[in-house]
Amino acid sequence: MSFIRQHLASGRSAREVLASHLNQIDALNPQIHAFISVEGRDAARAVASAEANPKGKLAGVPIAIKDNLCVTGWETTCGSRILKGFFSPYNATVINRLLAEGAVLTGRVNMDEFAFGSSCETSCYGPTRNPWDTERVPGGSSGGSAAAVAAGLVPVALGSDTGGSVRQPASFCGVVGLKPTYGRVSRYGLVAFASSLDQIGPITATVEDSARILEVIAGHDSMDSTSSRVPVEPYSKPLGETIKGLRVGLPKEFLSFPLPPDVQAAFDRSIKILTDAGAEIVPVSLPHTEHAVSVYYIVGPCEASSNLARFDGVRYGDRDLGAKSLADLYLRTRQQGLGAEAKRRIILGTFALSSGYYDAYYLKAMKVRRKMIDDYERAFQQADVLICPTAPSGAFKIGEKTSDPMSMYLSDIYTLSANLVGVPAISVPCGYTAQGLPVGLQFMSKPFAETTLLKAAYAFEQKSGAADRRPKIYAS
Amino acid sequence: MTIKYDVVIGLEVHVQLASKTKIFCGCPTTFGAVPNSQVCQICAGYPGTLPVLNARVFDLGMTAVLAIGGTVAKRVKFDRKNYFYPDLPKGYQISQYDLPLGSGGGVDIIGDDGKPRKINITRLHLEEDAGKLTHDARASFVDLNRAGVPLAEIVSEPEIKSSSEAYAYLTHLKAIVKAAGVSDADMEKGQLRCDANVSIRRSAADPFGTRVEIKNINSFKNVRAALDYEIARQIKAVEAGEAIVQETRQFDAAKGTTHSMRSKEQAHDYRYFPEPDLVPFIVETTEIEAVRSRLPELPAQKRERMMKQYGLTDYDARLLIENSGLVSVFENLAGRIAASQHKNLVNWLIGSVMAYANERAGEVEDMRIEENHIVIPTRPAVEILGIDSGDAGKPIRLSVDGFLEILSLIEKGAVSLKACREEVFPEWVKTGQPPSKIVEAKGLGQISDTGALESACDEVISKNPKSVEDYKAGKENALMFLVGQVMKASKGKANPNLVNELLKKKLK
Repeated sequence: MSFIRQHLASGRSAREVLASHLNQIDALNPQIHAFISVEGRDAARAVASAEANPKGKLAGVPIAIKDNLCVTGWETTCGSRILKGFFSPYNATVINRLLAEGAVLTGRVNMDEFAFGSSCETSCYGPTRNPWDTERVPGGSSGGSAAAVAAGLVPVALGSDTGGSVRQPASFCGVVGLKPTYGRVSRYGLVAFASSLDQIGPITATVEDSARILEVIAGHDSMDSTSSRVPVEPYSKPLGETIKGLRVGLPKEFLSFPLPPDVQAAFDRSIKILTDAGAEIVPVSLPHTEHAVSVYYIVGPCEASSNLARFDGVRYGDRDLGAKSLADLYLRTRQQGLGAEAKRRIILGTFALSSGYYDAYYLKAMKVRRKMIDDYERAFQQADVLICPTAPSGAFKIGEKTSDPMSMYLSDIYTLSANLVGVPAISVPCGYTAQGLPVGLQFMSKPFAETTLLKAAYAFEQKSGAADRRPKIYAS
Repeated sequence: MTIKYDVVIGLEVHVQLASKTKIFCGCPTTFGAVPNSQVCQICAGYPGTLPVLNARVFDLGMTAVLAIGGTVAKRVKFDRKNYFYPDLPKGYQISQYDLPLGSGGGVDIIGDDGKPRKINITRLHLEEDAGKLTHDARASFVDLNRAGVPLAEIVSEPEIKSSSEAYAYLTHLKAIVKAAGVSDADMEKGQLRCDANVSIRRSAADPFGTRVEIKNINSFKNVRAALDYEIARQIKAVEAGEAIVQETRQFDAAKGTTHSMRSKEQAHDYRYFPEPDLVPFIVETTEIEAVRSRLPELPAQKRERMMKQYGLTDYDARLLIENSGLVSVFENLAGRIAASQHKNLVNWLIGSVMAYANERAGEVEDMRIEENHIVIPTRPAVEILGIDSGDAGKPIRLSVDGFLEILSLIEKGAVSLKACREEVFPEWVKTGQPPSKIVEAKGLGQISDTGALESACDEVISKNPKSVEDYKAGKENALMFLVGQVMKASKGKANPNLVNELLKKKLK
């Protein structure tokens, strides 16, 4: 069912594929608002080069790009007013790698401002809607990416994941979202939110497509010191191999979070599917899990407060021309250019890093983070993969949580640990809520064990059949 | 009445590392380029860009640490120093906070008490430079050519006791980093910049006084001026019963004064935290030792060698090695002359040659031997307009043969030192004629022919029996009178040393 495999085998022309997706965008994007811009001219140019070089691993595959990945000549705004008018002069490394394999980049998809959010509601372009229920959020921050794939506007989208920003929207939209190991994919050209947590990942309709995208975008990059030299594996090759004897760890701390009965049922059913496939379920413990949210909401905002300092109106992006002095320029530009959630995180991070508080917050958080890494190392001695729900619920209603940041933050409780410890994680559809909204199952594995991770996720996907359903809007 | 104060100075010196490219990207570091022509998306802090440490810069950093006798850290990490300013494109400077690349080491100076002393160094860390702002009536302009230029910040212990010691410390530090090939350390090009922490107290036994930081000391001349002004300001304040305020003050070179920039309350909270974009790494001992083995001869070693090899005094050796041009020319020429003349060579290089070069805006630092000439490049005409711009820009060329001939004329006593300095040298540099011809043409030759002088001596002895008697009775002055009489008789052309010797012999 992999789009990429089918497409490459079908011999369908890249032109035809692009045209049908552009039609889908025309038809559905007004309701979904996943795309914030369609780059038809660049896509047509890419189609021409894909036709000239049909051997590319992604020749003619339409891909949507999250608004925080730099593409030469594209406005790159991170869903923020402050970057309005910033047209990137360069390509992110992942963009170059996709283009080299003949991918057809179709345009920009929406996101929470600077990836701060779990609902895609904080974008300066307005919210993206969930294709399963347009009154609901698609999740976030890569909500545009997930909604675009779920609605069939593109078979593949790139997102970025700092605390669950690829996996949580994948769960909400009934698609697959992969966050690779920290360092597996170059971050060069990804506008930084939290440098030690950010990782670029694909959102696709199937596990195999994610594996095929990872094969292209992974690998060391001399432009990113944090990118790893661990060799890239042919991730799509072992898909379909048996998972008999695979040790699947159930972290007891994750199981203790309260879940609505329908989500719980979907999770319980997932365990049974894996057991039936021959996996061995082992209980594991991650004792520091209860601190994950606190640690994340210190480390993330600290790094973000520094990473966002460059948006000062001096060199690029939006600037207030009425400024009377330098301080006034900074104040006006940032007051008007940044949204409430961005300001909240900048203030949080600035406070936590300030003299006299650094030890109590940042340093302490980094120590707990170290302990969490130890927890995971121990757990992975007992288990090959860990599983838990991706999110504690299905998609919530637009506006439901905007006034309550804490409840919004808690929608990431299952996902942000993987970023804090750097391990790879994937969300695969595993069932539906009582209202028919998709929910995902999250797998995690040891660092750089994406092959194992994808093999397990693929086996689950094949047995569960949960990914076979499509939102009604897609079929219409 | 004046009370003596104990002055305490610590210096923070920024040295630009001699890398052709920036510390975290591949942009060139060439000085004087068109504004913003040496800038890429990385050093301009564009969204999504990442720093990658330049291996050459790291190597130079390690070399610098070892050259000042410090210890290279085992674990290297970088930190972000956060503050807003238009010349700082990322809103933070990548620097090193709690784990500097180097710790310890020091610089040997001659203190104000005339004794050699080591000024200890606290730390050396690597960081990136910021850009440059210029202002006119309409607007301010940002030039990012300098943003990302690699710097080593070298922080001294507060062990410097006066402006002249600060000057000596800087001079020696500059010589070390230049000799090690770590930096060109040209203050005019901003490759060496200095901030100073200054405090005073009644006596060295007291706790430190309140510290004031002086920024923007951008030339060697200003080091003295800025510190002297600040010390005097603090003494005046204390004498008037005022408390010294902890603050940062800026030096104004035009006025020669310092003024308050920001108080302690306004001081930035830099919110340092580890730079997540650069992974900490371990430096292997073998790597450090490899750098150490490649270290060239450093000033302290060179000074000792100069004393041993050429028989120079500590003072002369120090004078020479402060200037890389002088020392290279000295070493080149010393091999061609007798050891007894080395002292003479130092004197002539430091004396007449330096004076002449300075007059002609010569860059003595770059003095060298080329095609059997002493070559001294000069600064461009525009800088010395109004002095003598005729030959400005052209290098000064002095023939080595002529120069050595001057030394040998003095050695032989064929011409007096005075005549040589005042008449022969100036004429030689002007005309390039062989010095012996100049001596002849100007009639400056000394009579150093023993035969000719003996009869003159005999005559003076016979004509001045009283003085002869006085001398024999132990009056040394009488001999001077007799020498003077011989000189007079020879119309000043007799070699006074020789006359002295002859008279002594004859009156034994």
